[in-house]
Amino acid sequence: MKKKTSKEFINNAVTYLLVIAAFLIVNTMKEAGMLTRSLTGQLIPICAYIVMAISLNLVVGISGELSLGHAGFMSVGAFTGAVVTASMAAAIPDPTVRMIMAMIIGGIAAGIMGVIVGVPVLRLQGDYLAIVTLAFGEIIRNVINCLYVSMDEGRLFISFNDPSLPGKLLINGPQGALGISKISTFVMGFALIIFTLIVVLNLMNSRNGRAMMALRDNRIAAESVGIGVTKYKLMAFVTASVLAGMAGVLYAMNYSTITAGKFKFDTSILVLVFVVLGGIGNIRGSIIAAAILTILPELLRSFNDYRMLVYAIVLILVMLATNNEHLKQWGSAFKRRLFSRHKAMKGGAEE
Amino acid sequence: MSERKQRTPMVPFPSDAIIPERDLGTRPVLDARHLGVEFGGLKAVDDFNLIIGRTEIAGLIGPNGAGKTTIFNLITKVYSPTTGTILIDGKDTANMNTIQVNKAGIARTFQNIRLFGKMSVEDNVKIGLHNKMKYSMATGILRLPAYWKTEKLMHEKALELLSIFDMQDMAGAIAGSLPYGAQRRLEIVRALATGPKLLLLDEPAAGMNPAETSELMENILKIRDTFQIAVMLIEHDMHLVMGICEGIAVLNYGSIIAKGTPEQIQSNPAVIEAYLGKRKEGDA
Repeated sequence: MKKKTSKEFINNAVTYLLVIAAFLIVNTMKEAGMLTRSLTGQLIPICAYIVMAISLNLVVGISGELSLGHAGFMSVGAFTGAVVTASMAAAIPDPTVRMIMAMIIGGIAAGIMGVIVGVPVLRLQGDYLAIVTLAFGEIIRNVINCLYVSMDEGRLFISFNDPSLPGKLLINGPQGALGISKISTFVMGFALIIFTLIVVLNLMNSRNGRAMMALRDNRIAAESVGIGVTKYKLMAFVTASVLAGMAGVLYAMNYSTITAGKFKFDTSILVLVFVVLGGIGNIRGSIIAAAILTILPELLRSFNDYRMLVYAIVLILVMLATNNEHLKQWGSAFKRRLFSRHKAMKGGAEE
Repeated sequence: MSERKQRTPMVPFPSDAIIPERDLGTRPVLDARHLGVEFGGLKAVDDFNLIIGRTEIAGLIGPNGAGKTTIFNLITKVYSPTTGTILIDGKDTANMNTIQVNKAGIARTFQNIRLFGKMSVEDNVKIGLHNKMKYSMATGILRLPAYWKTEKLMHEKALELLSIFDMQDMAGAIAGSLPYGAQRRLEIVRALATGPKLLLLDEPAAGMNPAETSELMENILKIRDTFQIAVMLIEHDMHLVMGICEGIAVLNYGSIIAKGTPEQIQSNPAVIEAYLGKRKEGDA
């Protein structure tokens, strides 16, 4: 029994160490000026996409529901964050504190949206959630496209389809959020990833996470031992929405303007691709997939016109490789060997 | 107590109910009356009456397709009965769902095993303990002291329950990788973990060899004696049914055709005809 606990502990520790090591290396390289400008510009989006992938994995991998509108929650967070940082610029001059405030409020706003979408839909079975979340993502994009928010003398004005608001426009309809103070930093992105990891990994390995996985594995059996579907599916869905909202704030505060078009259906699918390629239910895989697949198009710039073609080919190759029985066997044999050596070492130490 | 007596009669109903003597005068753990269900005009179960005593081991037998598993599904509210009432320990289940029925004290196993296949044996049992040992979501995420304390208790309780079937050594294994017999036993442990008053076993000996079946019989008796609960089982293995059941109900085409002790059932001509086929000259 000890074995399982320690295995889980090692697994999580490896994930944390991987993230910390990657951060330290990349940060040192950045400070030393070894990264190209385009790559430096990609660092914060990578962090945001990693958080998106981890949180979507909570819904798809752990609770077993397909969500196709994850970018919708990201955009709710992004635009809420843009309004919060702009309206609090005078009240909270310190950008770090303002950023944390924006993330909290953006997370809550996305979480509320998660409840609104999740409560009616998670009662249904099958692919309904996928369809409704897909619709939600599109609806939210269109709503933000005709949303106008302005601030005048410390008061916020909100209207739809009517740009004639008093004061300075913060969100200007189809032009999106304007004049955002670029206060996202790579360190904050790293902190958000660690926060997300703590929330998701600890939730997974707790009583509630077990209930989610039980419902995923066998709903009828889970109900027979008194585990309610809606509560735990909603718990996973709303937690993921909150985290996506926070990722949205991080993402938006990296640009001076942000439009709703950034959070289209493509973005939701992209995040789903990270989750599927990294392995459904595999958090570490999501992190690696999100990081590599976000950098890849940048690295492929030298291919010019063939960039997306190469990108697609790489996706297909990875998909083939991860589904290859021989490779899988080789991998598990390698793991077993590593594990038995670890056990032997432990046994030796005990003696 | 006297008030309760009035609401749930101590006199077994219907009068042909068979309850062990030690359970007479206590409230029955299950009291199903005139239970019936129709699927698109087809009567799968019709006028089913059954009372089970608090520590009784009851058997439900009948030919394939007689409606035995449907009865389990009705009791656990997987299906809602079209007619009739079910009282669990005196409480009417008319407005309950499967989850509430489990909380009211009924746990079950399935004919086609339904484990959480990708999770460990211990986690399967811990899911059974889910509603017994609680801590909040925040406690779990922040890993507060209550988390460690409850998880430790859960771990100990899970191993204790697994030890009923000598399965504590398998705790770390993946449930789906266990041999068939062990999966069946794990399902019983998981059901027991929810702390039921009545345990419903759907063909617990299916796929077991005679030695495993004998062991299972001992274990069912042990469970009843240790936890002081009632057990109701569907089973085709007559050795098991006749060996441990105190009361048996025979179902055919959705209706009870006989009720009685194992001896009475074995010599009931209606049962022999429906269940075993007509006795021919020369058969022992």
